Amino acid sequence: MPVPLVAVTSEPLDLQALTAAVSASATADGAVTTFVGLVRDHNQGRRVSYLEYEAYEPLAVKALERILNEAREAWPGARLGVHHRIGRLELSEASIIIVAASAHRGEAFASCRYTIERVKQIVPIWKHEHFEGGDVWLEGATADPEDAAAREAAHRIACA
Amino acid sequence: MRVTIRLFARLRDLAGSGELVREVASPATVQSVWRTLVGEMPSLSEYERTMSVAVNADYARMNADVHDGDEVAFLPPVSGG
Repeated sequence: MPVPLVAVTSEPLDLQALTAAVSASATADGAVTTFVGLVRDHNQGRRVSYLEYEAYEPLAVKALERILNEAREAWPGARLGVHHRIGRLELSEASIIIVAASAHRGEAFASCRYTIERVKQIVPIWKHEHFEGGDVWLEGATADPEDAAAREAAHRIACA
Repeated sequence: MRVTIRLFARLRDLAGSGELVREVASPATVQSVWRTLVGEMPSLSEYERTMSVAVNADYARMNADVHDGDEVAFLPPVSGG
């Protein structure tokens, strides 16, 4: 089965497979950048035991597709893929993988960074953090894909 | 008319369920569905200023129309990645 460029899955993430799917038979590529988000053992002074990720799956997939389209629009030479994992994740496991391929490194780095910044802004996925002594739902950004200021902020970070 | 309400993360915990089916007066908007829900579960109202909403798995605004059989989702601030 071909590897999709966008996925929300409870299966362990496979960076090699996504990289192959993004850059398959593209001899014009001069650069591939990857981002792997990991479950960290500490957060805001708490000792994290594990994370549970929850998603509104159909909307999460659409939001990820939207982000890749935004990135392709901003960096027309970039090709991208992103997989997000959900369910219970242990320390050091990958929660998200992003692959960006391009003829030149600048577009690959920038589009990869833009993608993770936008994921944190508009994708309906939540971390339920289980730590020593309790658990807490983490809440970051109010998701609004039409918020131009948020999109510009992600673009600025990507190009910093 | 009947709508399916989806709740996620801490909103789901507060409501005790991630999926509710409710009768709402027609014509309905996301706002009127939310008022029905908060009338039943006042503790959810703390999310009114920070949540996002979706109709049939597309982001929407509080004034969006809701029709019989629609799925309306209320989403706390997101924390993926």
